Amino acid sequence: QKVSVEVLDHLEHLALVDFRDAEGVERLQKAIQFADQLHEVNTNGVEPMDSVLEDRCLYLREDDVTEGNCTKELLKNARAKVEEYFVAPPGNIPLPKLEERETFLQGS
Amino acid sequence: AARGCAGVWRRACQRGAGGPAPRGQRDVSCNARGGAVPAGKSGLAPWVPVVGLEIHAQISSNSKLFSGSQVQFAAPPNSLVSFFDASLPGTLPVLNRRCVEAAVMTGLALNCSINKKSLFDRKHYFYADLPAGYQITQQRVPIAVNGSLSYSLCIDNKMSQMVTKTVRIKQIQLEQDSGKSLHDDTRSQTLVDLNRAGVGLMEVVMEPDMCCGEEAAAAVRELQLILQTLGSSQAVMAEGQLRVDANVSVHHPGEPYGVRTEVKNINSIRFLAKAVDYEIQRQIEELENGGTILNETRAFDSKLGCTVPMRDKEGKQDYRFMPEPNLPPLILYDAKSLPANINHQQVVNIDWIHERLPDLPSVKRAKLVERYGILPEHSFTLLNEDGLTEFFENVVKQTQMKPKKVIGWILNDLLSYLKQHSLTVKESPVSSCVLADLLNLLEKKEISSTAAKQVLAELWKGEGKTPLEIVKEKKLELIQDQKELEQICQAVIDGQENE
Repeated sequence: QKVSVEVLDHLEHLALVDFRDAEGVERLQKAIQFADQLHEVNTNGVEPMDSVLEDRCLYLREDDVTEGNCTKELLKNARAKVEEYFVAPPGNIPLPKLEERETFLQGS
Repeated sequence: AARGCAGVWRRACQRGAGGPAPRGQRDVSCNARGGAVPAGKSGLAPWVPVVGLEIHAQISSNSKLFSGSQVQFAAPPNSLVSFFDASLPGTLPVLNRRCVEAAVMTGLALNCSINKKSLFDRKHYFYADLPAGYQITQQRVPIAVNGSLSYSLCIDNKMSQMVTKTVRIKQIQLEQDSGKSLHDDTRSQTLVDLNRAGVGLMEVVMEPDMCCGEEAAAAVRELQLILQTLGSSQAVMAEGQLRVDANVSVHHPGEPYGVRTEVKNINSIRFLAKAVDYEIQRQIEELENGGTILNETRAFDSKLGCTVPMRDKEGKQDYRFMPEPNLPPLILYDAKSLPANINHQQVVNIDWIHERLPDLPSVKRAKLVERYGILPEHSFTLLNEDGLTEFFENVVKQTQMKPKKVIGWILNDLLSYLKQHSLTVKESPVSSCVLADLLNLLEKKEISSTAAKQVLAELWKGEGKTPLEIVKEKKLELIQDQKELEQICQAVIDGQENE
């Protein structure tokens, strides 16, 4: 079963991944097939597991101020800054629609 | 069937020449007595508005929900930000116990069932003020569910007739706040301050049991008082500690719910009522003109008093919820389930918190009415003004005047003066002792009540004179001497005879 172009386009929008070429999409399909093996296990009456750590105790921290005050260090990572503010574009720049962007998915 | 609210609207305005606000819009309140309003002369079927609220309350804590950075309003940009808050790789969330307690307190105060096991999830979307690209929230199993909030309304704007309503609380969940974006349109850029990123929030979801702006405002006001009483949030809307989004739709009785819109950017309780009423009116007009309602997000423009569509946020969002892999489930205990050998610092005991809940506003009001013999609507006003209850009680303690009489002076004279001059109770130039002194003079019949009002007017100037000093200065003492009174009366009578 192939993954449709609509789904691939949707994924590219949501996760900003770029499947780049047929090989990338093929790798995705193989990964899904591999995961499909999970369906062979009978999970009736079994609670789904969230993570291998789900039985651990959730540690509760005391409400003390122990961090912060490192503006300079944080701003070192910023490509652009204005008076200790990070600078970002005016709004989200959405990925152009499928027809309008350069992706190999167009040909599919 | 029409849910909850019995309020039914009819189109109150004429077809007008447009303008941002529907013509003829007034502060419309619901028909609180119940029953559908019959179709008007125009033969139009009545409308049932439906209002639900999503409220985000910032948790009052020293540090953030998952990190040790300080929580503080108005600090230098990006100074209260840890590596985790900035979403630098290699950092992990560590849950703040105080935030859990705040959520449990709030859940208990709102009559919720507390989930002894709740889970954290990631909600993914892209925005400059959300550095991780996701928000940690509780989408699957939140900390508290199925509660209720009772609030009161005055019918027909008369304080004397109050009615109690209830709104169901769907759930309360713990989640992270995002940073702040400052839009610099001139330079076409956004400035991002992450001080607020990661601050703990309680999202309180109210079921659509309300039907107009007044109900929504009253419900939020009561929630605000509860949060402030508990101390779980300071809930000051002006500082962004309490944010309200309204979901509004209209339908005809007996028909399914209409399409709803979400209204954001509401900055005060007054604007909440206006925004909701405007949106209801707008939807009714739109539908009666043959239009349709889009399932969209709209922003309230306080200057124009209307709602406008928000910039299209790339269509319907797919948040791709997934369990937060770095946080195991949050387990809460009660007296019964408390394990024997456990570090108490690591345990949140629901029963322990329940026992220590302070008196909620509704209980405080009932106690005031019972203790002092004042009317229920008086108790509402007392609790509504910060510090007024203490002021009243202090005066009562220091005077022989009955509380039922004192309340008149507090609500009519003191409060109206404060309101006229935009002062808070704490800023009152007349203290409770000074007012008590004055009322004592009145009670002992040393002055008349007219004189007392004159003295009060003088006291407002805050010149430091005592009531007694002012009375003597202005010679306002009531003459008690029988002989003196006889002389005065005789003089008046004599004067009349001479004419």
